[in-house]
Amino acid sequence: MDIHYSADDLAFQAEVKAFLRDNLDAALAARVAAGAELTRAEMEGWHATLNARGWVAGHWPREAGGQGWGAVQRHIFDEECALANAPRIVPFGVNMLGPVLLAFGTPGQQAHYLPRILDDTDWWCQGYSEPGAGSDLASLRTRAVREGDDYVINGQKTWTTLGQHANRIFCLVRTATEGKPQEGISFILVDLDTPGIEMRPIRLIEGGYEVNEVFFTDVRVPVTNLVGKENQGWTIAKYLLGHERTSIVGVGFNLEAFERVRTMARNIRRGGRRLIEDPLFAARLAQIEIDLEALKLTNLRMLAAAEGKGQLGDAPSMLKIKGTVIRQALNDLARRALGPAAAPFPSEALEGNLALAAPEHAAAAADYFNNRKLSIFGGSNEIQRNIVAKGLLGA
Amino acid sequence: MDFTPTDDRRMLTETLDRFLAAEYPVEHRMKIAYDLPCHDAGLWAQLAELGALGALLPEEAGGFGGAGFDVTTVFEALGRTLCPEPVLGALMALRLLQAAGQDATDVLEGTRRMALAVGEADGSPELDDIACTARDEGDGWRLSGRKSVVYGGPAAHAFLVAARNGDALGLWEVDAGAAEVAGYAMIDGGGAAELLLSDTRGRLVMADARAALEDALDWGRLALCAEAVGAMDRAHALTIDYLRTRKQFGRPIGAFQALQHRAVDMGIEIEQARSITIHAAGSMGTPGQSRAVSMAKSLIGRVGRQISEEAVQMHGGIAMTWEAAISHYAKRLVMIDHQLGDTDTHLARVMAAYAA
Ligand SMILES: Cc1cc2nc3c(=O)[nH]c(=O)nc-3n(C[C@H](O)[C@H](O)[C@H](O)COP(=O)(O)OP(=O)(O)OC[C@H]3O[C@@H](n4cnc5c(N)ncnc54)[C@H](O)[C@@H]3O)c2cc1C
Repeated sequence: MDIHYSADDLAFQAEVKAFLRDNLDAALAARVAAGAELTRAEMEGWHATLNARGWVAGHWPREAGGQGWGAVQRHIFDEECALANAPRIVPFGVNMLGPVLLAFGTPGQQAHYLPRILDDTDWWCQGYSEPGAGSDLASLRTRAVREGDDYVINGQKTWTTLGQHANRIFCLVRTATEGKPQEGISFILVDLDTPGIEMRPIRLIEGGYEVNEVFFTDVRVPVTNLVGKENQGWTIAKYLLGHERTSIVGVGFNLEAFERVRTMARNIRRGGRRLIEDPLFAARLAQIEIDLEALKLTNLRMLAAAEGKGQLGDAPSMLKIKGTVIRQALNDLARRALGPAAAPFPSEALEGNLALAAPEHAAAAADYFNNRKLSIFGGSNEIQRNIVAKGLLGA
Repeated sequence: MDFTPTDDRRMLTETLDRFLAAEYPVEHRMKIAYDLPCHDAGLWAQLAELGALGALLPEEAGGFGGAGFDVTTVFEALGRTLCPEPVLGALMALRLLQAAGQDATDVLEGTRRMALAVGEADGSPELDDIACTARDEGDGWRLSGRKSVVYGGPAAHAFLVAARNGDALGLWEVDAGAAEVAGYAMIDGGGAAELLLSDTRGRLVMADARAALEDALDWGRLALCAEAVGAMDRAHALTIDYLRTRKQFGRPIGAFQALQHRAVDMGIEIEQARSITIHAAGSMGTPGQSRAVSMAKSLIGRVGRQISEEAVQMHGGIAMTWEAAISHYAKRLVMIDHQLGDTDTHLARVMAAYAA
């Protein structure tokens, strides 16, 4: 055993640091640090910068336009990007659909769609959940009926993250109603410009806008847009969820969130001392740092084991639970650190001399509330426990 | 011991519950809570008429209540409906006016709204950290400094301002029109303001106000605890209702034991929250007041967050939306811990007494 990075890993880390120093615009990083809702142009700009370096999807194989990174390199890259406050790579194409197409897509689909993910021609969103099908995803009811060379889709998806920026959506649809619900599901790619699709915004708890409802009325999609075989969508859906969960763990984001709270606690003076000198606050912070130090290795150990076995197994579920709980605890501390100054509604916060908190910390309460989503989406933490329990107990 | 509310308090509960449910439903609340001055003058007058303000002071000061249980009766009702009106500021101002022996009729009648400006930009809950100053200029007093996150500030006609005059900590009344008031809506609804004073005229209310301020803040903390208990009850009820009605995997999600146990734990913690609040209410005016209030505020901060997070988690995605009432209860329950000292502040106060 050796808990240190190899010489190659260290060289790679230095390379990533240098790249970020030279290519990440300071004003953009400041907006990321402040938790601002990024514009489409900002997100696309960063995607293009990474793509020019070949790093937008470093974990994809080289033949597909990636770098073939393993777990350690991926971790180094994610950590450095998060600590530098680089915009988050929109995950739906790079971390979800990409791996699915690589595993289940036809050569034609791979040749057509993968480059379009890399160069950002396509912005994908995820059409899994429905109002009646959340945790029980297999009960989804959006129907796709075969008519000649098309499927005709009717139904509703919801919670579609960043759908307002997307031009395409990958959907789970019902193609059969006999047998077990899981056996009648297909995975299909839909162009959002197709007639019959309507998208409506959903306002979230902290007042922001990042999710949508999507309504499908007689939407015609060519059968060639099916990924895998008809009624085999559930296998694909689960494969994608494994990748989605792994990307939600977000060790890099956790490290950034930790540094942020530590900086806040050093800078904020309350009652004649720095907040970091308050033993109760410092104890809470230290407790989380210890958990996080362990999580770094848990994450790498589990992913390395999964790489060895060629399958993710229960690792994504266990990591998703721990990673999201730690992140939420850090968000909780950041909010607390502000004390009474956490109060203003984000869009009402006073600025300049009147500001109650430094701009990069002002949104701490909003971030805390928004990140309650982490333990709900990607399969709730209860559902992750059910998955692991099933493996342990066979129940 | 007797844990049954008096008939008067039970009637006040019924009156306020009925009025708030009818006149302050969620839709109306959302209009008022996020739009300055975060206050509905018509409903305020009616609240005053129904006794929501009179209950906060004893008879000799012009009210008809004034005991700890009167205050918790009013604030529990406000918490159940997430009422965003500036009653907290009114309560603390009223207690101070009473302590100063000043007439508070117009505040009690709802025609004049007052807020307490005590906290400053560093967010310290300790009176020793107050930096605002007052000077006697012969023709009257002038105040300078900044007061931060003044609850009910945007709707206030006047402020009671805690400031330093040499070694003394005094209390002055400042007209809203005489100062710069920068208001904002809060993330959990309701209004607060920054109050900027620079040689601003003020009227001396109390030359030495330290004890009265600590007492008024205790009353404010008690009120927040009761408000939290009211909001927790509703958040729990909404969650139980959702567990009964939301179906996944062909059955109500309340059929899953993983959720049942947590719903039960929520209920246990809420009973604890209610008890510690009752303990504080019954300790008001006794030598144990501050300690009891700190115990209550510390427990409420911890449990309020737990109830909020559990209610959201068990609702799933729907609780993340603005449209769902539970999201607003969740915000209020967490943000109460940011007012008048948080769970750690009050834990530290309880701890400090051990060494004394
Ligand atoms: C901000 C946000 C963004 C999202 N983005 C997307 C997206 O882009 N695309 C997409 O398809 N979906 C998205 N989702 C949807 C997300 O995946 C669902 O919210 C999630 O699967 C939970 O479903 P639900 O909200 O219907 O909750 P429900 O399934 O109704 O669950 C309610 C509660 O019951 C619990 N529960 C349910 N079943 C069980 C059980 N068997 N045992 C124990 N507990 C159980 C849950 O854990 C939860 O606590 C998003 C959600 C949010 C909040």
